[in-house]
Amino acid sequence: MNNIILMSYLSLFLPFLAFLINALLFHSSRKKHAAYVSIVLSGFGFLSALYIAVFYFQSGIAPGKLILWEHLFLKFTDSLHAHFAFLLDPLSIMMVVVVSFISFVVNLYSLTYMKDDPSFSRFFTFLSLFSFSMLGLVVASNLFQMFFFWELVGISSYLLIGFWYQKPSAVKASKQAFVLTRFADSFFLLGIVLISYIASTFSFETLNSLSLSHFSGSINLGFISISKLQGLFLSSILIFIGGWGKSAMFPMHIWLPNAMEGPTPVSSIIHSATMVVAGVYLVARLFPFFALFPSTLHLIMVLGIITAVFAAVIAITQKDIKRILAFSTLSQLGYMLFALGVTSVVLQNESFIHPLGYSASIFHIFTHAFFKCMLFLIAGSLIHAVHSNSLEAMGGLKNKMPWTYAAAIIGVLAISGLPPFSGFFSKDEILIAAFQSEHFIVFALALVTSALTAFYMFRFFFLAFHGKPRSNSTANVKESFGLSFPILLLAIPSFLGGYAFKKLLFQYYGPGSNNLNVFEKSMQGDWIPFASSFIVLVSIFLAWYFYARPYAKIQKSLDSSNRPRFYKWIYHQFYFDEIYDALVQQFLFKGIAQTIRFFEDYIIGGLLKLFLFVIQKLGSLVRELQSGWTPFYLGLMIFGVLMWSLIAKLPI
Amino acid sequence: MTLLNCLLLSFILFGIGVFGLLRRRHIVAMLISIELMLNAANMNFISFAYFSKGDASAGAIFSLFVIAITACEMAIALAIVIAMYRRTHSLDIDSLRGLHE
Repeated sequence: MNNIILMSYLSLFLPFLAFLINALLFHSSRKKHAAYVSIVLSGFGFLSALYIAVFYFQSGIAPGKLILWEHLFLKFTDSLHAHFAFLLDPLSIMMVVVVSFISFVVNLYSLTYMKDDPSFSRFFTFLSLFSFSMLGLVVASNLFQMFFFWELVGISSYLLIGFWYQKPSAVKASKQAFVLTRFADSFFLLGIVLISYIASTFSFETLNSLSLSHFSGSINLGFISISKLQGLFLSSILIFIGGWGKSAMFPMHIWLPNAMEGPTPVSSIIHSATMVVAGVYLVARLFPFFALFPSTLHLIMVLGIITAVFAAVIAITQKDIKRILAFSTLSQLGYMLFALGVTSVVLQNESFIHPLGYSASIFHIFTHAFFKCMLFLIAGSLIHAVHSNSLEAMGGLKNKMPWTYAAAIIGVLAISGLPPFSGFFSKDEILIAAFQSEHFIVFALALVTSALTAFYMFRFFFLAFHGKPRSNSTANVKESFGLSFPILLLAIPSFLGGYAFKKLLFQYYGPGSNNLNVFEKSMQGDWIPFASSFIVLVSIFLAWYFYARPYAKIQKSLDSSNRPRFYKWIYHQFYFDEIYDALVQQFLFKGIAQTIRFFEDYIIGGLLKLFLFVIQKLGSLVRELQSGWTPFYLGLMIFGVLMWSLIAKLPI
Repeated sequence: MTLLNCLLLSFILFGIGVFGLLRRRHIVAMLISIELMLNAANMNFISFAYFSKGDASAGAIFSLFVIAITACEMAIALAIVIAMYRRTHSLDIDSLRGLHE
């Protein structure tokens, strides 16, 4: 047991150690020390995480919860404490393993990818900080610790997205990501405050076993008085808004595609295991609490499915390969969230939980992390080789980058969800969950999304790897082993991960709370895997027909100027960037900010100037007194003495 | 000769001293005015001692002290005056206005 505790410290603090070493010792070094430190320490971090996982699942403790260590962090009142702890349960250990593995692979990849960058060591410093904060987030045993690391994730993603701060677009994107997620986080914080006020606890354990009948009476929010039940409901919404922003759900999604301005390994780690799944993780972590409020779960479901379809539609038209993958991440996150949402079933005014959605969502977090990370690394390799993000410059890379090509086949098949690749298992569970819990509209939209997913992923695949080279730089490309090796490392779990994890899934991954009504009556959905595979195959065929058949008009299909209006709408991502810009520019800057500026300049500034004027006049008066004219001094002295005795009546 | 007469005399002397100190611009004249004021104070000492019922010598001793200290003070003051004269070639107090900066 002591071993495990030591391992848990190691797995959490080795990335932090790497961060400290890089930040303090190698911050200006041009050599590759920083990378080696990060790679070795994150490698050991991964091994210790794996050790904990093996121990946990073999010792028979699973699926029980275990707090390996706990330190008092802040004492708010006598009963309300915030702890810094390491929580071990199936969900957290799965995330720890995935995060440390992805972080190790991305570090390894960046060694080659970033090798010519002048701020090489700064990159590894931030990357280690990023993995540390995400690890701290997933092992949190209470909301406060989670929020603490949540913010650390925010700041380190800000630093990484804006890593190339010479590029104005990167600076803009990093600010956008930070401000948008901060905006959502402020609601999260409000939710935490509200819930700790009502339930007087931060601990997930307590929150997840709340029973609503204990909460009667009302609380005063200052301007309005609400019942405690409403307060809990409100806090569940507020806490979810935190995840809404972090997981970039519609309409707060715009920071995610723009975050592509960062280096590709950063996109890879942000999109696969860290940052964006934090929102999904939050909902999964507090799931029994959210399940007390079916309306919240409905909100989650609706948002999830809207984002899934919306992002998949946009991804079809994009030409920047990183943007395609970014929108595909959005769509997959939507998948995970609506899978959590469809667990809620309301029958005859009674709410039930259909646990399959929960397990499926966690399963999808797991499989998605690997194949999405791999796809991003592949995109990074392509960009590294071709020196362009655009599909217009690629084509015909199949023979020049055979290893990458092989990995890409696995990746796109995994994300499209064809058996036996990992994505198939998790996507299917999600579809079955949606079907069995009788949310048929959601189920239909999810099927459409899965068809769209297969289509845009194969569009990317065919346009990048097949056909003829469409630019000079594409014609003489070499594959680099330093880039392909990490990709191949990821290809293994992308291929086999689904099958391996499925065994663990139903044994250990349930919502895990006994005060939920479980939805028993379930419809059979045996035909769903066949139907979805068929749809995927049709989509793949369509993608082949449009983009890779021998006489395909690729130039025409890549042309985005000569298109119907609807296509342009999609191509410009429904003008959400512009809408946000207009909102921020016109409403925030010109409207509110200008008004406040006016107030500041003329009213506060005016008062200040008046004050300054009076002080200055008084000052010059005093200065005039210091004339240097001796009789005046003497006269004043005598006058002063007289006044002293006459007015103050002091004896002299 | 009453106490009132003596005090009136010293008051007048003091007033002349104050007036002279404020009105005269010649440094030596100002010093003399200060001397007048000090002597007015001396007169007060002596006359209070004289008209009170105790031993009159206490007043005399005080005025002796004052005279001695005035002598020292004047020595320093005249030294300053000479230094000033060397510097500005003038004994006008207004020529020293520049000192305050």
